[in-house]
Amino acid sequence: MLLVLVLIPVLPALAAAVFGWRPSVAWFAVADAACLLAGGIWLAVDVVDGGTAYFGGRALRADALSAFMVLVISIVALLASWSATGYIRSELADSHATPEAARLFGLLVPAFIASMVLAVLAANLGIMWVAIEGTTIATTFLVGHHRNRASLEASWKYVMVGSVGIVLAFLGTVLLSYATQHVGHGAGSTLDWEAMRGVARHLDPAVIRIAAVLLLLGYGTKVGLAPMHTWLPDAHSQAPAPVSALMSGVLLSVAFYALLRVKVIIDLALGPAFLRHLLVVAALLSLLVAASLLIAQRDYKRLLAYSSIEHMGLIALAAAIGTPLAIAALLLHVLAHALGKTVAFLCSGEILLTEGTTRIAGVHGLIARRPLVGGSFGLALLALLGFPPFGLFASELAIARAGFSANMGWVTAAAFAILLVVVAAVLVHARTMLLGEPVEAAETSTSTPGAGVPFVVGLLALATIGITIWPIERLLNAAARVVAQ
Amino acid sequence: MTDTLYTELLGLAGGFALVAAVLVLWRRSLLAIVRILAFQGLAIAAVAVLLGIHHQDVAELIVAGGIVLLKVGVIPTVLTRVVRDAPEQRDAEPSVNTATAIFVAAVLAVVAFGVTRGLVDLAPTPETELIPIGFAIVLVAFFGLVARRNALTQLVGFLLLENGVTLVALVATARVSLVVELGAALDLLLAVLVLQVLTSRMRSKFGALDVDRLTELSD
Repeated sequence: MLLVLVLIPVLPALAAAVFGWRPSVAWFAVADAACLLAGGIWLAVDVVDGGTAYFGGRALRADALSAFMVLVISIVALLASWSATGYIRSELADSHATPEAARLFGLLVPAFIASMVLAVLAANLGIMWVAIEGTTIATTFLVGHHRNRASLEASWKYVMVGSVGIVLAFLGTVLLSYATQHVGHGAGSTLDWEAMRGVARHLDPAVIRIAAVLLLLGYGTKVGLAPMHTWLPDAHSQAPAPVSALMSGVLLSVAFYALLRVKVIIDLALGPAFLRHLLVVAALLSLLVAASLLIAQRDYKRLLAYSSIEHMGLIALAAAIGTPLAIAALLLHVLAHALGKTVAFLCSGEILLTEGTTRIAGVHGLIARRPLVGGSFGLALLALLGFPPFGLFASELAIARAGFSANMGWVTAAAFAILLVVVAAVLVHARTMLLGEPVEAAETSTSTPGAGVPFVVGLLALATIGITIWPIERLLNAAARVVAQ
Repeated sequence: MTDTLYTELLGLAGGFALVAAVLVLWRRSLLAIVRILAFQGLAIAAVAVLLGIHHQDVAELIVAGGIVLLKVGVIPTVLTRVVRDAPEQRDAEPSVNTATAIFVAAVLAVVAFGVTRGLVDLAPTPETELIPIGFAIVLVAFFGLVARRNALTQLVGFLLLENGVTLVALVATARVSLVVELGAALDLLLAVLVLQVLTSRMRSKFGALDVDRLTELSD
């Protein structure tokens, strides 16, 4: 079963390799993502009571946390590939993309999704690392999809910074394995997560401290935590919108999932304080960087990218708090951010197609001219700022509550004070784009028919988990118990 | 092979690997830099061979063969082609002068030995004595990567760094699973091929491999 989940996303890649990009192949990818979602739900039902599923001895392993991540990946994959059907067609029609680039898109997006699914289902921290490095390779050419100077620059920075970061994570993983093989009762060298967790209390603290720093630096680079975030605004703003949605909506969280897995082992070996201090610094720094660059932001895709850094900072804060409530809130935040950011990026792609610019100042009166796209973009931005009734309101409230009840009141207060700056900055930019006098814009292209459907579906899902979390409440709590025993 | 000879040879191979990382800092010729990278790959393969002979472990020898194939064969060949395709640019200007670079490298090596003392103390053996060397290579390579503004030297810096990590993995762990090593090697190979494509696109768009020309994106 677990192997099937990894293989499902590969199928559209094969189709694209054989037939190139065509509408039927694109719709096949959508149907395939729906199958992945169904498989994810099936897996979630299976492990929601704290059980664990295995495949192939101990090659693949799924607990509630893995199942939750599969759900997040498949939901974003569904919305992104749905939107990509129209997006790529419009790009081909306007010759913004060559058929060769479209074929590569059809090939690499499924490979990217499969790689993320493998990362969250790997039983072995080494395989998890290989899969996360695989996402970098799969996405590099996607970032460079438009083949101009800016996207080339973005992909170069992305692959250089990302690869160096991920190599440091590998060094940290090697040190974990080194510590495991010297615990005394012949545990041998292993990277199996469960086996490592079993002996974690006896691991040598001196080695684990160095491993923890390397793992945080390495996976933190992929998460986009400051000060390793430099690649993120470039890559997320240059990638085509459906890819930006996948990278920002789930890839960052999948990298954070890796941090959560190693956090369990590090906390057992060193106590929670060591990693907490590092995470708090990274969280506050990320929030500060995001807030300061959002204030004078001129590009709406970069605005969304900095918003991702802000949300990863919040997630790092929740991980630092580390109580079961905080981890449950963290996971809810991962899902809500995935939905909100996906809709926002998909809208941004539609806005770029019709307005022909990514400059905030170049877009006016969007709601009056294009109510569906403009309205969805506005609602997604409000959701990302934490306004009710959307899911991020609930998760941010829960993170704040967890922070104050865990005696981290000052840090939490500081973080939410920075959030106020973010809210003000984004609202000012949103007003420019959405309201205001509609200028007689030079329309470069007509909007894609049916493009709005994924936006509405995503926003409805986001509002649903904001109003009631019962469909996923048990899964969230079970997943939180995996991290915070 | 006696234990003393084994220890000496291990130290020698590790020393060569570190010297290679430092040499890259002051050579200007791109071809020479690629050759030094291949030489470092050979030194690391030698460590794997020594471990294999000492532990009488065939798998370790196979890993050594894989390292030779990848780090001495395929990757240097790919990089040499990148250099040959850019006849107008055979040299890379370091942005810090050589004396400063060597001094920084020395400081970084000392730092690496200081930081990793605790790692060796966990299990002091002839093998784990090489862990500090691996960390020193990582730090020196990282410095080289940041100090040079040429796409190819940045790529070589990344590969040197990766070699340092490989060295630590070899001496610190009694065999990480073969699947993980294969996966890691595949990732590395693909990353190098991706970077090769990017360098050729960079030359056609920017006319050079100069990373300083990447200035389109900023806030």
